[in-house]
Amino acid sequence: MTYRLTVSPDFTPDHLPGWYIFNTWLQKQLGEGIHLEMYNSFQAQHEAIAKDQIDLIYANPFDAAMLVREKGFLPLVKAHGLSDEAIIAVNAESPAKDVTDLAPGTRIAATEDPDVRLMGMIMLEPADLNSSNIDLHSCDTYVLVAKQLLRGEADAGIFLAEAFDDLSGMIKKQLKVLVHSQIGVIQHVLMVGPRLTDRRDELRHLLLAMPSDEKGQDVLKNLGFDLLINVEDEEMEFMIDLMDTLNT
Amino acid sequence: MINDMKPEDIIGDYKEVMLDLYGGIKRLCLYSEVETPYPDGKLIVSTTDTNGIITHVNQSFVEMSGYTEEELINAPHSILRHPDMPAAAFKDLWDTVLRGEKWQGFVKNLRKDGGYYWVKATVIPNIRKGQIVGYTSVRRKPSRSKVEECIKLYPTLM
Ligand SMILES: Cc1cc2nc3c(=O)[nH]c(=O)nc-3n(C[C@H](O)[C@H](O)[C@H](O)COP(=O)(O)O)c2cc1C
Repeated sequence: MTYRLTVSPDFTPDHLPGWYIFNTWLQKQLGEGIHLEMYNSFQAQHEAIAKDQIDLIYANPFDAAMLVREKGFLPLVKAHGLSDEAIIAVNAESPAKDVTDLAPGTRIAATEDPDVRLMGMIMLEPADLNSSNIDLHSCDTYVLVAKQLLRGEADAGIFLAEAFDDLSGMIKKQLKVLVHSQIGVIQHVLMVGPRLTDRRDELRHLLLAMPSDEKGQDVLKNLGFDLLINVEDEEMEFMIDLMDTLNT
Repeated sequence: MINDMKPEDIIGDYKEVMLDLYGGIKRLCLYSEVETPYPDGKLIVSTTDTNGIITHVNQSFVEMSGYTEEELINAPHSILRHPDMPAAAFKDLWDTVLRGEKWQGFVKNLRKDGGYYWVKATVIPNIRKGQIVGYTSVRRKPSRSKVEECIKLYPTLM
């Protein structure tokens, strides 16, 4: 049978070819047919998961609870040193110096990335802001979040820290960071679904051994990872519990 | 282990009170009016066993509490108990998590140096294979208005 691999729709566009290269490498290593399906929204990906169409997923931490507890997925590996962090930024000209300078009714631009949005909303709480008293502008990309700030269409934006760092110097110069999360333990994880869990050890072994040959190193480089490291079941459960506390 | 607080650890003027903790533990508390602001963007995380004995803390926990990791691990979580906190809040916390549910509340915590810090805490039971194996608390920065409400409310619950 052909298995299906998918990637959290918040992947960096620059790494799209990297995921195709990874899939080709993985098929060869595992000796199985794997189809890479890139969904363009979390909703479309959730529908595929609900229909049990997914066997391997590079999952957003927000979805980990559902994947493990409802769909029987198990963790494999994560990228070394790449935690998801969020930034709240405003236009450099904005009078706001601190999150607490933002008032109810503030226009907040954000993407649909669920873990980043959650971390961002938590960083807005000290200002008594929540989903019921802000004007949320959903954007397709972080560049569009930045543009809303530059054009004065939004008062503050929620960014994935990595995406903020990747903005051009020109754009960044016109923005001001109010707060940068330092959580350290929220991260995307590559997970395996029920049809492939009997090959979990083998998969893990292949993934952890990637840096040991040139081809593997090259595949990692195309994904923007320097190394993959093991994720134990308990570490996954801990991250799920942590997300659960934040989601309240 | 939980020890009496020591005058040499305290920064600034302080008051003294004997706290009665769960399990018949008595602790001499020395507490000051020095507030440490919650660090922006950070989460303070700890995990306990089913008896509320600390099994894991993150770096922010260590920094904010003023204790070393060695002093915290194996200590009852009441090592942070501030005399201004009403017992009813912790009864509600324990009643809630023992039912297997999440608890959320605003807590004034006591530092090793006698100072304090306010947090918004969420405590959840860690359920593994259907059993509660421990509890995790994740704290975030509270809003000043919520803290002001608690400063008014908590003395009425004592
Ligand atoms: C996971 C977890 C985290 C807790 N965190 C705190 C805390 O930060 N501060 C605190 O005073 N009590 C905390 N408690 C409650 C204490 O266990 C304890 O009930 C409280 O300090 C009152 O002390 P007593 O129960 O001995 O009277 C926590 C309990 C659990 C299960």
